[in-house]
Parts: sequence; C-alpha cells; structure tokens
Amino acid sequence: MKTLLKNCKIVNHDKITEGNILIDGEIIASVTASADEKADKVIDCKGKYAVPGLIDLHVHFRDPGLEYKEDITSGAKAAVAGGVTAACPMANTKPVNDNRIITEYMIKKAKEDGLIDIFPIGAMTKGMEGEELTEMGDMVEGGAIGFSDDGKPVCSAEVFRRAAEYAAQFGSFVISHAEDKSLAGAGVIHEGEVSAITGLRGIPSESEEVMVARDILMSKLTGAHVHICHISSKGTLELIKWGKSMGYNVTCEVTPHHFTLTDKELLGYDTNCKMNPPLRAQEDVDAMIEGLRNGDIDCIVTDHAPHSRDEKAQEFDLAPFGMTGIQTMLPLSLALVEKGVIDMPAFVRLTSYTPAKLIKKNDRGEIAVGKLADIAIVDPDLEYVFDMELNRSKSVNTPYIGKTLKGAALYTIKSGRVVFEFPTK
Amino acid sequence: MAYKRKDLLGMKDLSKEEILYLLDTAQQFTEINERDVKKVPTLKGKTVINLFFEPSTRTRTSFEIAGKRLSADTINFTSSSSSTTKGETLIDTVKNMESMHSDIFVVRHAYSGSVKFIAEHTDAKVINAGDGLNEHPTQALLDMLTIRQSKGRLEGLEVAIIGDITHSRVARSDVWAMTKLGVNVRLFGPTTMIPKHSEVFGCRVCKSMHEAVEGADVIIMLRIQRERQGKLLIPSTKEYAKYFGLTKDKLTLAKPDALVMHPGPINRGVELMSNVADGDQSGVLRQVSNGVAVRMAALYILGIGNNKGGMDENAS
Ligand SMILES: [Zn+2]
Repeated sequence: MKTLLKNCKIVNHDKITEGNILIDGEIIASVTASADEKADKVIDCKGKYAVPGLIDLHVHFRDPGLEYKEDITSGAKAAVAGGVTAACPMANTKPVNDNRIITEYMIKKAKEDGLIDIFPIGAMTKGMEGEELTEMGDMVEGGAIGFSDDGKPVCSAEVFRRAAEYAAQFGSFVISHAEDKSLAGAGVIHEGEVSAITGLRGIPSESEEVMVARDILMSKLTGAHVHICHISSKGTLELIKWGKSMGYNVTCEVTPHHFTLTDKELLGYDTNCKMNPPLRAQEDVDAMIEGLRNGDIDCIVTDHAPHSRDEKAQEFDLAPFGMTGIQTMLPLSLALVEKGVIDMPAFVRLTSYTPAKLIKKNDRGEIAVGKLADIAIVDPDLEYVFDMELNRSKSVNTPYIGKTLKGAALYTIKSGRVVFEFPTK
Repeated sequence: MAYKRKDLLGMKDLSKEEILYLLDTAQQFTEINERDVKKVPTLKGKTVINLFFEPSTRTRTSFEIAGKRLSADTINFTSSSSSTTKGETLIDTVKNMESMHSDIFVVRHAYSGSVKFIAEHTDAKVINAGDGLNEHPTQALLDMLTIRQSKGRLEGLEVAIIGDITHSRVARSDVWAMTKLGVNVRLFGPTTMIPKHSEVFGCRVCKSMHEAVEGADVIIMLRIQRERQGKLLIPSTKEYAKYFGLTKDKLTLAKPDALVMHPGPINRGVELMSNVADGDQSGVLRQVSNGVAVRMAALYILGIGNNKGGMDENAS
C-alpha cells in the first residue's frame, strides 16, 4: 500500500523543504517536489509541517506491574496523540526491568498494538538496588537500548563506573538520574523562595549538581557515554558544558516542564506539579531555554510519569513525584519555536534526530528515502483545550488539563500507517 | 463582617483588615474569660471537631476550652498522620467526620499544606491548628494580641524571633501577620535553622544574638525540637543555650520594658532560662490565656457567620 502526503513543509534536522512524501509499505519511497506520484491513499497536508515522528527517550509506562496508572497500550495511545512514534520506558516497573524477559515482553506488547516502537531502558543494577550489574549483554540482545536506575540514583561511584564501562562494551550507554539523596533529604520541592514561603521541605539544586559532576567524571574515567537525564538546574548545565568542552562523552536531556514551569506553581500545593527533579526557579528555567537555544542540551524528553488520581489527591508530602507529559511535549516544545528560541529544524534535532542517534536507530529521525515512515503532520497554530476527551493516558496528573495549548499533531504515521488523527469536533 | 472566608488557614493570605478584625474580636472575648461565669450560648447546637493528626495537648486543650465556653459540642479526634496505613485516606477520614454533621474542623497535621487540602475537600469550616512547617495562625494572633495588650500598639514595634525559623510554623505565621501590621521583625538563629531564601519574609536576618536582642520591644523565643530535627542542626543543647538562648544578661540589651514570649512548652535552660521565663518581663502565661480568647474569636467568626461557600482562601 502506498500513501502520499501532499504539500508538506518537510522539516529535517538541517533544513525545511516543500514537497510530497510517498510512503511504500513501512518505508519512505520518495520525497519529491511534484505530486504526480500514484498512491492508494492521498493526504493533503496543505502547507502543514511534516516532521520525523518524535522519539521520547524517557517515559514511565508502568507495564508490567502498575497497569492501573498506565500500560503499554494506553501509553502508546497517548504517545501517538502527541506525535510520538517511539518511546523508551524506564526500568522501574514491577518487577524491575532488569532482565531480558521483561525487556522482550515490552517490545512485543508494543509491536502487537502497532502504535509505537518501544526501546526499553534496562536497569543498571539488579532490582535497581545499586549493587550488582544486570546482564547487560543479554538485555541488549533482547532489545534494551541503554541502562539506568532512574529514580534510584546509584550512590556508589564504583558501581556507576563499572556499569558505564560494561555497558560501553556492548555498544550501549548509561543514563544517570543525578541526585544525591542524602542532600535531597526529605525534600519535596525545590529549595528556594517557594519552599521558604510554603513550609514545604526543599531539595537544593546542588543535590543534582554534585551527582552530575561525579557522573561526568565517571565518563572521563571510563570513556563511556554517560547521558544525564532530566536536568533541571543552571549549575547542572554549566557542568555539562564543561564536560563537553573537555571532550568527555556526555549528553543530556530536559523535559518540557523544566523549561516551561517554575516552582511558583507550588504556592498552592498542587501535587500535579510535585516532581523529581523539582520545578526550579526562573533563572534555572531561563538557563534550560538558553541551553536549548545554543545546543548545549541534546534532546527534549517527557519523563512521562503517570499516577492515579487517588495517589495525587493526598497530603503533599505523601503524593508521588511526577506528571504525565507525552501528549504535551509537542505543544510545549513548539512554544519555543513560536517564541523564536529555536527553529523548526532545531525542534526536529531535539525531538527525533538526536534521540535516534543516541539510541543508534539509524532507520529513523529523518524524513528521507529509505527511512522508516514514522512521521507527524504538525499544525503549530492549532489551538485547543487539552481536556479529558483529548487525554489518552490512563492518568491525568498534569497541570495542563483544562488549559489551552497551541500546536498539535494532525496525523501521526507509524511505519506507514495513520495511527492517530486529531479529532475534529 | 470583615471576615468572609469559609476557613482560617493562615496569615499569609489575609489582609490587614481581616487580621485586625480577628484581633479585635479576640480582645472582646478576653473580657468574657475574666467573668465569673465564662460561658456564652453563642455556638449552642454547633459541633466542633478537633481533628488532631499530630499530638498537641496544649493547642487541643485551648481549642476545646474555647469551644466549650461558646457552648459548642466539642469532640476530639486524634489519629496519627499516617492514618493511610490503615487503608483510610485523609479525604475519607474527613468525609466521615463531615457526614456526622460537624460544623467546624480544627485541624492539626504534620504536613505543610494538608489543612488547606482538607478545607478544599469539605463543606465544613476549617481552622488550621498547625500544618507541618507552614502556618499556625491562631498562635500568631495570640502573639499579636499579647503584644498589643502590653505595648498598646503593633505598628513600629521591634520584634525579634529567635530560634529554628526554618522549621517553625509559628515563625512563619508571625512573620506574615506582623509585617502586614507594620511590625519590624528581625530573625535570628543558628545558620542551619534559617531558610536559605529568608529574604522572602521581608525581615532583617541578624548575625548575632546581640544584634537580635538589642533595642527590641518584644523577643519571641522558639521551641527547639531536637527529636524532630535530628542531631544535624545543632551540636548540643548546651551549645545552643550558650549562643542562642535568652539569659537575663542578654535581655538587658533589649528595651527596658521588653516583653519575652514563647509558644511553649519551654525547654528551660535551653532557649529560655527559668529566671527569664518566670521573670516580670515574661508574657508566657498571658499568651496562654489569650490563646483561648483568640480561638473563641476564630470559632465564633466562622461558626456564626453565614459564610458557607463564600470566599475561599485564594479568592483575594
Ligand atoms: Zn528520574
């Protein structure tokens, strides 16, 4: 079956071209200026943007084990509604994804649904206990693309070192949730003006920065690729810039909420804005935006962290950390384009091109002949209220429910098939 | 009526007028408390539940007496903050209490923001009797009432709050309220007990006990709770007493008629020496009796006012 996407503004990491995309089966067959290709199905994109399907390197799909929050199917539905065609679930499932069987289960379940590809991130240590390395070789063979004990930072520098060294041997890399738990203590929000005002215990930026510094040095020591996940502070970014300038193999990611929201959201004790790392101060948000502008930050990820309504509707200290985000990454990132922080090619670099490179999936991240036909047709001007009807996740722990957003995927195409169409009311 | 809110959650969001109205009403109740028969029928038939998720005999007793003097039916419910361990959520607990047709909840809870959370989930009026590190509004009111009685005014006074500022809901409520009423507040304590971003309080942060006490009209000493803060914030109570405790000697640096206060219970010989706590400049017992008047005022204003479903705390 052939599908023709007509009259698109085709965005790649380096340029924008006007034209048509002919999909044959799962693959992009041609990208041409003229539209006289024969196709079984024609979608007129009327000057909208065609971007490579977004690749989200950091999600929590809660499957297996905590499917009441989210499962791979509901997570994938939310993903494609946000233009995302591939996602990397973290290992903190129940049981922990510290073995090939669970890794393969995740991949298989996503394949059966056919909405997105899943590239699991395996646990760095068995049971995420921070002590013994997982069978990384076997897990890589099973389809794991990287290793992390996300949420449970590896305290021991030696364990982190060995994990980085070992992962590198199998062509893989480690992802660091950088947090010194002893310094974060019983903190629940950023330590700053808002924690002083509200009496909510603070987590200092330095609890992130000391670990970022350590993990950059572990990259120096081992030569292995260390990816710092969900960075949130100005100081962190300065450390990463230093690490890169020294030639160490470090990369990093940022979430839309960390470049959009500040800790001011917590003045009203909204548990939907309780997350780890916490929303920080304006100067940190400004630093994240600057890092995206000048390319110091490698990619945008969501840290999509679904939690049930009951779990969030309790005392602030007891509510779990995290917000959903896989469906709002696109509008929040396009807001940067609208503000002139980045252009459309940079948007593609941050959301698909570089992520594909980091996980070594050369069949995607670009709209080019021979690549997988994972494409999102994007209207950056579409305004809509993000409501319960649009929300596809099982969970609704996001401050964006009921808010007006701008920019959406009109169509999401996965391996040549239309898997999402923006509902017309 | 100058107070139209459903609840009394904190001093941070109140206007100067609302605070003064609460203080003036409390002043009127101090007179009832001096009568021979200290009971008025004002809240007859109303049910007040003291929901204490964190133990506090003093505050609970004060609210209980206040309720009884207004002829309300006062019931005590005590539970640990982790009632969820029994499989019951906080909302469930509150909804259960509410369905017994209670009019007012007086709530003490170990987590910041949780009394606001309760207020958002019940139609009953809610009075914050202390939530985590956040606020303890009736304590601020009784502090200010005591000061006003002693000094005849609040505006322009120099008030020093000394001790663990970071972990004190009393300090927060005092600061929010007093700065609105034109009091010059200065803060002092071990560096480990001063929030990193104390500039948000709009107060002077002092560098020494000397600086904190010098020329003060009022000195509020906070209670040190070593059991709660662990052993990291101060090395010993002996050293705390030496550098941060109020002795008779240090008190001479303040104005000659300076008033000494403490939210109680006092660690004698630690933050306050006995000869100061019991001396003639001490307002500690006056604070306790004003506590009842302030709580009567709060119960009265919320209980009598037809302000159900009116402005909430965020409306201003
Ligand atoms: Zn994390």
